[in-house]
Amino acid sequence: MSEDNKLLKEIMSGSPLRITLSVLLGFIIGSIFMAVFNENVVATYASFFSSPGTTFQVAGQTIVDGYVALFNGSIINLSADNPVSMFRPITETLRLAAPLIMAGLGVALGFRVGLFNVGGTGQLIMGLLGATWISTRFDLPWGLHMVVALIVAIIFAGATGGLVGFLKAKTGAHEVIVTIMLNYVAIDLFTFFLRTPSLLLEHGGGGNPKSDPPALTAQFPRLLGDSFGLNIGIILAIVAAVVYWWLMERSTIGYRFRMVGHNANAARAAGISVERTYVWAMAASAAFIGLAAANQGLSATSGLTSSIHANIGFDAITVALLGGSRARGVVVAGLVFGAFKAGSPTMQILGVSPEVLGIVQALIVLFIAAPPLIRAIFRLPKAEVK
Amino acid sequence: MSKLEVTPGMFSNAEVRPSWKTSIVLGAFSLLVLFAFGFFGKPGDVTYNLSNKGDIFSVPDIVVASTFANIVFGSLMLAITAISVWRTIQGKRTPSWLTLIAGLIGATALLGWLAAGNTVPVSFILGSAIVLAVPIILGGLGGLMSERVGVVNIAIEGQLLTGAFMAAVVGTVTHNLWFGLIAAMVASAILSMALASLAIKYLVDQIIIGVLINVLVIGITNFLYSQWLASAGEEANFPGTFDIISIPYLSGLPIIGPALFEARITVYLTFILVPLVWFVLFRTKLGLRARAVGEHPTAADTVGINVGRTRFWWVTIGGAIAGLGGAALTIGNVGAFGREMSGGLGFIALAVVILGRWQPFYVSAAALLFGFAIILRVWANGVAPGIPTDFITMVPYLVTLIAVAGFAGKVRAPAASGQPYIKG
Amino acid sequence: MKLELRGITKRFGSLVANENINLVVESGEIRSLLGENGAGKSTLMNVLYGLYQADGGEILLDGKVQAFKGPGDAMAAGIGMVHQHFMLIPVFTVAENVVLGNEPVNAIGGLDLDTARARVKEISDRFGFDVDPDALVEDLPVGIQQRVEIIKALTRNAKVLVLDEPTAVLTPQETDELMQIMRELAKSGTSIIFITHKLREVQAVADKITVIRQGKVVGEADPKASASELASLMVGREVDLQVEKAANKVGEVVLSVANVSVLDDREQRAVDNVSFEVRAGEILAIAGVQGNGQTELSEALLGLRHTIKGGGDITLGGQVLNNLSVRKHLEAGIGYVPEDRKKDGLVSEFSIAENFMLNGSFGKPFTKGINIDFASRDEISAKLIEEFDVRTQSASTPAGKLSGGNQQKVVVARELSRDVKLLIASQPTRGVDVGSIEFIHERIVAERDSGRAVILISTELDEVLALADRIAVMYRGRIVGIVDAKTSRETLGKMMAGVAA
Repeated sequence: MSEDNKLLKEIMSGSPLRITLSVLLGFIIGSIFMAVFNENVVATYASFFSSPGTTFQVAGQTIVDGYVALFNGSIINLSADNPVSMFRPITETLRLAAPLIMAGLGVALGFRVGLFNVGGTGQLIMGLLGATWISTRFDLPWGLHMVVALIVAIIFAGATGGLVGFLKAKTGAHEVIVTIMLNYVAIDLFTFFLRTPSLLLEHGGGGNPKSDPPALTAQFPRLLGDSFGLNIGIILAIVAAVVYWWLMERSTIGYRFRMVGHNANAARAAGISVERTYVWAMAASAAFIGLAAANQGLSATSGLTSSIHANIGFDAITVALLGGSRARGVVVAGLVFGAFKAGSPTMQILGVSPEVLGIVQALIVLFIAAPPLIRAIFRLPKAEVK
Repeated sequence: MSKLEVTPGMFSNAEVRPSWKTSIVLGAFSLLVLFAFGFFGKPGDVTYNLSNKGDIFSVPDIVVASTFANIVFGSLMLAITAISVWRTIQGKRTPSWLTLIAGLIGATALLGWLAAGNTVPVSFILGSAIVLAVPIILGGLGGLMSERVGVVNIAIEGQLLTGAFMAAVVGTVTHNLWFGLIAAMVASAILSMALASLAIKYLVDQIIIGVLINVLVIGITNFLYSQWLASAGEEANFPGTFDIISIPYLSGLPIIGPALFEARITVYLTFILVPLVWFVLFRTKLGLRARAVGEHPTAADTVGINVGRTRFWWVTIGGAIAGLGGAALTIGNVGAFGREMSGGLGFIALAVVILGRWQPFYVSAAALLFGFAIILRVWANGVAPGIPTDFITMVPYLVTLIAVAGFAGKVRAPAASGQPYIKG
Repeated sequence: MKLELRGITKRFGSLVANENINLVVESGEIRSLLGENGAGKSTLMNVLYGLYQADGGEILLDGKVQAFKGPGDAMAAGIGMVHQHFMLIPVFTVAENVVLGNEPVNAIGGLDLDTARARVKEISDRFGFDVDPDALVEDLPVGIQQRVEIIKALTRNAKVLVLDEPTAVLTPQETDELMQIMRELAKSGTSIIFITHKLREVQAVADKITVIRQGKVVGEADPKASASELASLMVGREVDLQVEKAANKVGEVVLSVANVSVLDDREQRAVDNVSFEVRAGEILAIAGVQGNGQTELSEALLGLRHTIKGGGDITLGGQVLNNLSVRKHLEAGIGYVPEDRKKDGLVSEFSIAENFMLNGSFGKPFTKGINIDFASRDEISAKLIEEFDVRTQSASTPAGKLSGGNQQKVVVARELSRDVKLLIASQPTRGVDVGSIEFIHERIVAERDSGRAVILISTELDEVLALADRIAVMYRGRIVGIVDAKTSRETLGKMMAGVAA
């Protein structure tokens, strides 16, 4: 896995210039997609040769509209007529960024130990299973209920991750394959639980696999009153980032994690059980994802279906890559992609498919993960890798 | 001159013993069949429907009590377990074909249990399983060709999706499904070239690049679907499917006739490609060179094989084959493109490559297992509504997990898989 | 075929690996390229073989200038090479390996393995190699694998054959056989370039010697030149391979190994029923040709590898260590300098300071609770860098940026700064410059003088003879005998070939 580390190192040491160029290029290519396939632009194609100016004008307008919508939907709504709807976008960004940051930290931890955790979805689902079980089937006092549900989510997810680490350590099975398989198993298992009345199916529910909403005593408290969806999730995410920073940069545990990630042979000769490290590192990685699961499960005010995982497990990979697997980077990356999610509905209203942001997101990370690519495109000199 | 007499394995005064894993897993499944499906199974007769009207000769349906059949199947599996145990005691391995037979018996038992009081349309299930397995087989072949030369290909999902999209769109726009098929292969090959050059020339981590290509393809196809295809279905996403071709005489055979010889061109192409890839890989100099590159690139370089170029072309052609698999999803089966319609088949193909030990025939067999599981779920919902089908869907994933953790541990991947080749 | 290299220069970044090298090898001549590790011999040969492109100079064969774009061109021109690390595919058969890149095909385009087998047989018979074309290469002993490499070159009609450190993996007997083969090949007109750093072999077989130091040709010599003359030419000054050391004061038994067997990665018995003792204040050297179980033995002593059940015990200072974890071994008082520092001894991405605490992350002085004690770590690092003369700008430099010698000093400093009863030093000076070698040797002797037990594992007989108080020789996983340090080279050589003293 040393090649990974070289890569991560190069990403981490990435110059601000390269990151800026990557982001810029991502948005430019996104703009092209946005413009070329827009209905209004398509309508001008017929007259393209007689008046190409019209096409370019409409295309330009579409792009501007799209990005203004993204800004209005994710930062501040400038066209709003009251303070609540004016500032709601930024709170939505924070709300949606929280699980991305949490799960992103999990995947990032894996990267630092040389493990590629593609199993975010499965671990998240197992965490959800735990959180939902506690939050819908138990009566506990306000606050305690939430804390218990949160801890159970972390334990369920962590145990799933630990299982992956165990299989890798004991049998040499590659974690990528194991986690992908467990993703499917977890989804099927969760669906089965949601389908079964004695387990998680909502009271009085019919054929659709869906749970009760989490009990009021277990829901994440909101931070800014009922007009904003923002809850304590974002605070938990920041706390998680601080914990991650301490764990990886300051503690001996993180030191040993990193040692195994860089050079498992040397770690073994230094008296470290690489196998046990894999188990604990995968469990720790999944525990952060479990926190994201709690966030999803306990922020909800209606019943859960298996789609509640919202692809966070996969988005977390791009978050970790964009954030260079460092605490601060992951927080920033989570906020950026959170903003994408927050701005999507506003774009949709304008007739710009927000899916274009998926392309932008993938491209930015692709350019950042492939430094030679962006260097080749912009003819940058090869940076000295630290 | 030489005083050392050389025989293969001359230093094998080894203490190796084959592991008990195979026997234990076999035993567990045998007992499951024997008791859960057999002694404590569901009452009622099951009818195995073996031939259709119009077959050249007809085989009578087999009607048997479900519990009785499964006691027999369970006992057969126990017998195989016994052979496995005996061989392990003797220090020999259990051959994989024996495990495969046990698996087949187990699957038949599962059918019998589900269909107690009902009919099992054997050739329908087999035929559907093949159609569903085709994209997995082709994706697996693509992945295998890539891994054999030392490039890990996580992007099969993206290749399938690209193929599915291009086949549907080009097939519709040109009104010619063959153009769609070719477009699918070409587009997927171009995508693979991107993967290959990033991995080979720019030395970007292969797994990360694969994941990102998947995310990118999902993003692009989702965008185009919602922005374009969803509103312009008629003009852009209505290709129809290839016609079903019946092969004279052969299609009239009972059981296998309708399953194997009444199919679309995509299925037949798969039947050709599997042995073809095997032949090229193991019986030609191109294959020898490819495997050398995947095992020990430096050694290949020192005998004048161009490592980068070999990797590039194998990954590219593998991508074209995976693209064909994508086309099989749309113009070879459903007849239109849907959002993320590959639905994880590319990841299953990835697992199938390992499960099938990087061998085309084994990979195809493993892919069939998944095809079988998918159709079984659909069918079981109809005949046995009370059954928790979630568990049936789970089976192939669990089997893969067991195999990757238990059996595949002994199997060696191409040694240089995933490693970039850096020359001084 | 006559080979001529004119002014070959090869740079890697700022490092000049070869500088203006001129070399002429006549047809049928055996030419030795003599030089230290890292002198640039292998680089030069890789240029000749087309693996590297030269930055300057030209290659001539029979007077014609060649332009090799890759090894394929070099082979076509008649150059063959047996690499130090064999270029064979382990999972292929001998025949497949031999024809790879040059495959015979049958009428339908398939591989023609019968022709391949015939080619192997033909060469094999001509030189009496006795190699089974259908054997899997991974099942063959290294000596035979080397013959497969030679067959591979000869089936391609190599007129110039380069042998890169071919004897590193051979017993003295096998080495003699190889030299015989070299002479026969030369007689049949093949030019041979024999790369080595072992003086005796050069004197035995070469027609002419070219000495390379720091990427430059520093002189040509006659094989009749004395060993010390060649040695000083090779390292650039008078070398004194002797280490000053006083008579040792032997204390009680520190380590006792009784009837221990160990399996290697391929589950074969690499260490076979070995017993020995090491006492405080003595250096026990374990000599032997590479690959005779020394690596596995040292790994078993550290707990990296399990010993076979039912065998005897490994006891350190009264504590039985059988199959305890590596951490328990380290805590029991073992210091370990691994044979491959980059693989087992260092984390190249970590800073020097982080590398100093590699096996100290579980307790004082590097930690405070579960936190790293950064202040204490910096203090210790500064002290060790000073004491062990590690040449670096700062303690935060990544270890991977240091030269081989300085990297090794980091490892040695870490292990010697711990309070250990037993030091295991495996190939402690491999790939290390001469200055660092002397420094490391002195430190090892100082350890012994301070009353610690030392195991020195080395394939270099010179090093063994310079440092050891007693010498154990390993052959095929067994200890052939444990002898006095004054034992003659000849006797040791025989023992290394498995003949008991």
